[in-house]
Amino acid sequence: MSQTQNGSMERRIAEILIQELKLENVTPDTFDVTTDLVKELGIDSMDLTTVVLVLQGEYKVKFDEDSYPSLTTVRAIAAQVKQLQGAAG
Amino acid sequence: MITVRSLLDDAWYQRYEKICNLNIRSSIYDVTNACNLRCQGCFFFSSDEHLTGEAKDVHDWEAFIDAEMQRGVNLAILIGGEPTLHMDRVEAFFKRLPTFCASNGLVKVPRDRFPKMMVGISLWGDAETEKALRGRDTFAISSKNYAGDAYTYYLYTITSQQVGRVETMVRRIRDIGVKVHFQLLSNDEGAEGFAWKPEQLAELRSEMDELLDRYPETVISSRYYHQVLTTGTMLGRPFGWQECPSVSETHDTRVPQPRRLIRFIRWSANLKTTHRCCTSATRDCSTCKDGAAHMSWIMVNKRAHMRTTQDLENWIEVYEMFAKLYRFIPW
Repeated sequence: MSQTQNGSMERRIAEILIQELKLENVTPDTFDVTTDLVKELGIDSMDLTTVVLVLQGEYKVKFDEDSYPSLTTVRAIAAQVKQLQGAAG
Repeated sequence: MITVRSLLDDAWYQRYEKICNLNIRSSIYDVTNACNLRCQGCFFFSSDEHLTGEAKDVHDWEAFIDAEMQRGVNLAILIGGEPTLHMDRVEAFFKRLPTFCASNGLVKVPRDRFPKMMVGISLWGDAETEKALRGRDTFAISSKNYAGDAYTYYLYTITSQQVGRVETMVRRIRDIGVKVHFQLLSNDEGAEGFAWKPEQLAELRSEMDELLDRYPETVISSRYYHQVLTTGTMLGRPFGWQECPSVSETHDTRVPQPRRLIRFIRWSANLKTTHRCCTSATRDCSTCKDGAAHMSWIMVNKRAHMRTTQDLENWIEVYEMFAKLYRFIPW
């Protein structure tokens, strides 16, 4: 996957986070994809479950619940999605 | 964008870091339908939840607990009936996952068999109130069983008649070297004279705040918890069915779905029936004073508390209170 495609996926994941969690004063373009979602944004496991459900529908992948603790940033989520897509493909 | 870091100074941020990844998924288990007390105001018997029958074979319990762990539960909260009447069932939980055992304290949990298992002893007031509501002064016995126990605290269910008199028992608990946590009696059985009036709740809030300040080594609590519990409101929202986080997943048909405890179910001792919530389906949610439900209500609404520094610090104090009660962080 190209860097552009990586950036595109990260941007889309940031957009989903903003929409689903109603994050204010941030846009997909200004979202720092390395920001720690738990330690900085205060996201908890219920938030993550909400986001994962949307991601699973959009990217046709299935997240293992045990992997949730590793989904600490938008970048980490994108990497996980790509890995799952690769495993499925 | 508001971030945790932007709201907290270094000291508070370090406290936040210690709790933000705990990711607790608890469920509640009625270990037995039997009890060695019959307390007025006890939801378990007044709502006939004790009539479900119970699994007798400990191997059935072990298989059930294994399935619960597969379901994602990582904290077992044992209630009853009186769990200590069936130590083999308690042990089946304790050997498998972090376990908290509620008890009236009349039977001592043997520490050689259950080292470091958290025990919460129910207390409903001073000797006079205990005799009126529970038929006997349980503290006289439980204090002998658990004096100095580092993994025990008293869960002091305060009644309206204890307002102005709570310190007496806090001091006695301090004197035996045990901690205490407060919650309020939700009188759904109509025990006479034990209903709450708004002015009593306001008075009690002040009293609990003062006790927290005066006995910081004994009382595990927070001012914000006192506020939410006595007012029944959080961030301007009233507690009730549409807000409660402690509804069993199997009973949760609410739309829209509020923020809730993930995986939470309260199981009957028959290991098949699930109860509506952490108390009983007979309880009016709008007047429920269950302390654990209110504590969880705050905890699952973390991002709602990211409005101001004070809100987030309040949230941290309540989460720390929970983590201390289950010894996920030190007292």
